[in-house]
Amino acid sequence: MQQVFPDIKGRFGDFGGKYVPETLMGPLQELEEALDEAMSDQAFLDEYHHVLKEYAGRPTSLSYADKLSKQLGGAKIYLKREDLNHTGAHKLNNAIGQGLLAKRMGKKKIIAETGAGQHGVASATVAAKFGLECKVFMGEEDIRRQELNVFRMKLLGAEVISVSSGNGTLKDATNEAIRYWVANCEDHFYLIGSVVGPHPYPRMVRDFQRVIGDESKKQFLEVESELPDRIYACVGGGSNAMGMFYPFLQDPCELIGVEAAGKGIDTPEHAATLTKGTPGVIHGSMTYLMQDVNGQITEPYSISAGLDYPGIGPEHAHLFQTKQVRYESITDKEALSALQLLTEQEGIIPAIETAHALAQAFKEAAEMTPEQTILINLSGRGDKDMATLMEHFQEEE
Amino acid sequence: MLTQTSFQGKLTKTEDLFIPFVVAGDPTPELTIQFALRLQKAGADILELGVPYSDPLADGPTIQRAAQRALQQNMSLTKAIELVPKLREAGVEIPVVIFTYYNPVIQMGYDRFFEMLEENGAEGVLIPDLPYEESEEIRGLAEEKGVEFISLVAPNSDTRIKQIAEHAKGFLYCVSTLGVTGGSNQMSAETLSFIKKVKEHSQVPVAVGFGVSTNEDVQLVREHSDGVIIGSKIIRLIEGELEAFENGQEEEALERFYQEIRQLVK
Repeated sequence: MQQVFPDIKGRFGDFGGKYVPETLMGPLQELEEALDEAMSDQAFLDEYHHVLKEYAGRPTSLSYADKLSKQLGGAKIYLKREDLNHTGAHKLNNAIGQGLLAKRMGKKKIIAETGAGQHGVASATVAAKFGLECKVFMGEEDIRRQELNVFRMKLLGAEVISVSSGNGTLKDATNEAIRYWVANCEDHFYLIGSVVGPHPYPRMVRDFQRVIGDESKKQFLEVESELPDRIYACVGGGSNAMGMFYPFLQDPCELIGVEAAGKGIDTPEHAATLTKGTPGVIHGSMTYLMQDVNGQITEPYSISAGLDYPGIGPEHAHLFQTKQVRYESITDKEALSALQLLTEQEGIIPAIETAHALAQAFKEAAEMTPEQTILINLSGRGDKDMATLMEHFQEEE
Repeated sequence: MLTQTSFQGKLTKTEDLFIPFVVAGDPTPELTIQFALRLQKAGADILELGVPYSDPLADGPTIQRAAQRALQQNMSLTKAIELVPKLREAGVEIPVVIFTYYNPVIQMGYDRFFEMLEENGAEGVLIPDLPYEESEEIRGLAEEKGVEFISLVAPNSDTRIKQIAEHAKGFLYCVSTLGVTGGSNQMSAETLSFIKKVKEHSQVPVAVGFGVSTNEDVQLVREHSDGVIIGSKIIRLIEGELEAFENGQEEEALERFYQEIRQLVK
C-alpha cells in the first residue's frame, strides 16, 4: 500500500505545511486544485510520459558497474543513469511536469530559482520547448561560480536575474523568487526545482520525479529478478532521492540518503541538514534546517552548489524521524575521490552532487557480499563541474 | 459593527488609527526608542515592532535592508521583546505589537514566547508567515494570555476572507497595494469592494497597509478603512537620516523625522 502522505494539510507527519505570507495562500490553493485535476486526467499523464520518452530520452538506462564492483570486492553495483536524461540530470523530469501544468493553467510566464544552474537550465529548456517566458533567479555568487550554465540559460532565451541579498546563493535566490511570485502570482507559475517549499510543491515534485524509482524497479527486476538490498541517492533539497526512494518505501530495501558534510560535520562548513540541523520553517515548509540559537537561518557550505542548501524537503525530515531512510554524510574530499574512481573504472564522470551518494555506497559495498546488490541514483553528469574539478585537481598537484 | 477594542484596554479608538512599523535595532536599539517616541507624538495609536530576520519572505528590499542593519546590532526576538520595557520607560504608552517571522518563535518555544510577552508587557503579536490554517494553536494560546494575535487578509484570500475576518483580534491587517487607477486619487473598484467585504465580517478595526507612502495615500485609506499601516516609507525616512546619526546630529535628524511623519499623516 502506498503512503497517504502528505495529508490534507500538506503534512508528512510533523513536517510540511504552508508557512507563507497570506498573499500566497490563494495561488497555492489554485495550484493544488489544478494539480489534483491534472494528475487524475489520463490525457495529462499520457502527455507527460510522451514528452519524457520522445524529448527527454527516457527511460534512462540501468548500468551494471562490473569493473568497479569487482575492484571493491563486495556487492554488485548498479547505476540508474539520470546523467543520460536530456540536459544532463534528473531535474528535467520535474521541469517537464510543471511546465505542462503551467500551460494547462494558462500561465504563459514561469519563474524558477537555481543554485548550480541545473534546474535553471531545465526550466529554460521547457520554456523554450513549450513557448513560455522564463525568468531564473540566481544568487550573484552562484552566477560567478557557474558561468557556463548562466550562458546556457541565456542561450535558451531565459532572463537570468542576479540576486544580491544575503550571501547571493540558492537560499537567497529562492527568497527572491518567492517575493517575485507574491507580487506577480496572477499570471506567473513558480516552477520550484526540488521537493521543498509550501504544500503542494513537495508532493508535486516528488510525483514528477518518481519516474526514476518506477523505472529502476522494473529494470532491476528484469536483470536481477529481485530488488536491490540497498539504494543510495544524494540529498540537497532531495528531489532525486525522493523520486528514487518513493516507489521503494514499502519494499524490504534499505534506503540511504547522503548529505554534504563539506569540510566536515564538526566544522561550521557543511550542508548536513538532517545530521546537524534542527526543526523549523524554511521557504514555507516545516522541516529540518541549519540555524542559530535565535532561529536565524545560517549559511551552508558544500563544494557542490546543488547540495549547498540550509534546508531539506519535509518528506525527508519525516522519513528521517520515522527511520524509514538512513541519512549519512560525505565530505568534499570523499566525494571527489569517489568521482575519480567512477570516472577511471567505468568511464562516467558524475556531477559532484552525485559523487556524495557514490562515496557512501562505495564505502558500504566493500563490506557487503557478492550476492548482495546495490543501486545508486546517478543523478547527473559532471560536465557543469569541470571548472571546479580543474581548480581542485590542480591544487592537489 | 465594531464591538471589540482591546490591547488590554489600551486601545480605545476604533477608527482613524495610525499604525507605524519600525524594525527593532535599526540602526540601533536606542534610536528605535527615539523613533517610537516621535511616532507616538505624531499620533501613532499602535506600534508594530519588527524583529529582524535572515530570510524575510514577505518584505521588499527596504525592510530587508533595515533587517540587515538590525542584525548587525545582534538584534533578536529575545532582545526585541526586551526592548518593550525600555520603550515604556522612555514614555511610549501605546500598545506594542511584536512583528516576527515564525521560525524564531519556534526556536524560542510557545511557552517561553508568551511568558516573555507577558513579562515585558507587549500587547500583540503578528507573524506574517503563519496563515490562518497553521495558526490555530497559537491563536488559542494568545487568547488565553490576553495577547492580540493580529491576522492578515489579502484581496486574493477569496473564500477565506470571511473566516479570517470573523476570527480577527486587535485589528485586521489588509494587505493591499492601493490599486490607484490611472493616476487619479481613487481606489480601484476591486480594492474598495475587498475592503468593504472585510469590514462586513470583521469585529475589529480594519487597517490597510502595503505601499502607503504619501499623504494622499493616507487620506484615501482613511476614507475607506479604520486605519493606516505605514512601514517601508518610515524605514526610508530613517535611512535618509543615517548619515546625520553617524555625524552626531541626532536631535536635528529626529526632529526632521518627526516633521516628516506629521506631514505624512496630517
